[in-house]
Amino acid sequence: MDFRLSSEHEMIRKMVYDFAQKEVAPSITEWDQKQDMAPHILPKMAEQGLLGICIPVKYGGQGMDYISLGLASEELEFVDTSLRVVLSVHTGLCCLTLLQWGTEEQKAEFLPRIASGELIGGGAFSEPGAGSDFAAIQMTARRDGDDFILNGEKMWISLATKADMAVVTTRSLLDAEKPHEGLTCFLVDLHSKGVTTGDIHGKLGVRAGSTGWIAMQDVRVPARNMIGEEGEGFKITMSAFDNGRYTVAAGATGLIRAALEASVKYASERETFGRPIKEHQLVQAKIARMHLNYEIARLLYLKAGWKKNEGIRNTLETSRAKQFATNASFDAASEAVQIHGGYGYSDEYPVERFLRNSKGAVIYEGSNEIQTLIQAGYALGTRRDRSLRCELPAYDEALWLEE
Amino acid sequence: MNIVVCVKQTVDTAAVISVEGGMVSWGDTPLVLNPWDEFAVEEGLRIREAHGGTVTALTVGKESAQEALRSALAMGADEALLIKDDGLSGADSLVISAVLAGAVQKLGDVDLVLFGREAVDSNAGVLSAQVARRLHWPSLPLVACISALDPASKSLDVERMLDQGRQHVRASLPAVISVVKEINEPRYASFIGIRKASRVDIPVWGVDDLGVPVPDPGVAWLTVENAPQQDVACEFIEAPDEVAAARALVARLREEKVL
Repeated sequence: MDFRLSSEHEMIRKMVYDFAQKEVAPSITEWDQKQDMAPHILPKMAEQGLLGICIPVKYGGQGMDYISLGLASEELEFVDTSLRVVLSVHTGLCCLTLLQWGTEEQKAEFLPRIASGELIGGGAFSEPGAGSDFAAIQMTARRDGDDFILNGEKMWISLATKADMAVVTTRSLLDAEKPHEGLTCFLVDLHSKGVTTGDIHGKLGVRAGSTGWIAMQDVRVPARNMIGEEGEGFKITMSAFDNGRYTVAAGATGLIRAALEASVKYASERETFGRPIKEHQLVQAKIARMHLNYEIARLLYLKAGWKKNEGIRNTLETSRAKQFATNASFDAASEAVQIHGGYGYSDEYPVERFLRNSKGAVIYEGSNEIQTLIQAGYALGTRRDRSLRCELPAYDEALWLEE
Repeated sequence: MNIVVCVKQTVDTAAVISVEGGMVSWGDTPLVLNPWDEFAVEEGLRIREAHGGTVTALTVGKESAQEALRSALAMGADEALLIKDDGLSGADSLVISAVLAGAVQKLGDVDLVLFGREAVDSNAGVLSAQVARRLHWPSLPLVACISALDPASKSLDVERMLDQGRQHVRASLPAVISVVKEINEPRYASFIGIRKASRVDIPVWGVDDLGVPVPDPGVAWLTVENAPQQDVACEFIEAPDEVAAARALVARLREEKVL
């Protein structure tokens, strides 16, 4: 078993690190304070090829594997969560859902423009009244000839006001025997008549990002934009979460590392009782815990990424990785603030931003309570993975690089 | 244009350097492509894009120096070459310049050799001039701009960045230049470049392959020691505004007889 990253992976990691340090780090505090997304972020990420990093070349992507997606997520969130969120929703929720569940016609028509970043993609799933209880969503899709008419509202949607297209889950079969069997996904053009969007301000964290709502009033969507089959929406959404969640896990790992490095730096400079505080054992204990948790989080998400590469179902591994890394990142950020003392309580240092950002990930993309239930199901044998009609394709380098 | 970019694998400038057992140590911090060399690689790529040709990244070092070459390939260099020889361990720039000049001659038909202004570990900045001298080519250090380049007439106009200002110089090709950071903005590695760089087999030459005499080093490292620890007292100048702070600082410097 070789735990080393390949030369290719190391170079990708370095490139994304350099990109984030140069393009975002210098102004991230300013944009976080403005509670707005810097306008150059999405075009720059598109130009660098990050938005389609693990999508096959013939569909407009860069042809890298799923581990590359994880590594990029880690390096982006090392600078700020808002950057990783772009990969989570554009690549994880939108592109990979199309790759997994789209027909060949849909992939050929939509993926090249989305994976290249010409269009920005998103995922619109949760609603004001339905988050963890996803089967309770209310947005409807009513068949009308060759179209469906969508009505309802989605909330807490990343890139709501920036995305051009979104995978949207609706309720199209009102008389389904079980609520979750009545759901259907569509790829929706967010510039369609009847779509309105808005930003949510006043969030605790991820303030340099874009989070908002999408309302649909009699939005006409061609039936050929249905993703998967009618009634498959719940399975497709859960599959989407397996990919979005993976990037959240990898990103939170980067946040642990950011908190760790900030803490080591500050503890080396700050002196109390005549010596640097890094020499005090209670400070050492905090740093040691961050150091250990970083390694654990990293191993967990890399294993999930490996399983994706192998084409092996990874719901359990992704759940573990997401839950562990996000809990650990919240802990690391909190301890980083503590190590910084009074300065940690101000925005003079980045650790307060890390703490505010870290709390969101414990809640979104499947709350960590839901992750506990998922893992309990596997552990107790009450949850078993059944084959999906469409599985996330295993990484095949030759196929991914085919023009 | 056949362009050779001489690069070096150096320590990351963020590394903590110490001396352990008489040897310089940087802990686990990874080695990187010398940051100044990224500007040289970028300039080589831009010249190739404007005039055609090839960019070859060249280095002297251990096996691990291949990573610096791969970084250059990932940026877009076409070829890479490692000169590796046990006899070069601890070599100074007199030796390295002879090796690099020999490699350039052996490659043949080279129009331009590029260097970054200096390596961040030695900060000597003399290698480009030494290589130029050995090749009997014009030496143009500290170039901030290539204002004109005509491969057909083998002519090169550059602006050199000096303390006194900018110097405009015309030289004939082939030439050796070192570049400063004002010359360009290095591109990031591309995914295509990364893929190519990770797969390519980089040729390795020994000193004997060059067919040129290599001198003995002129510099010998006798001992290496940690810099002496210094106790630094820091006094913060408190003042209501910058003007008052400046006045207070001047007063303190006069008290300490610095001014």
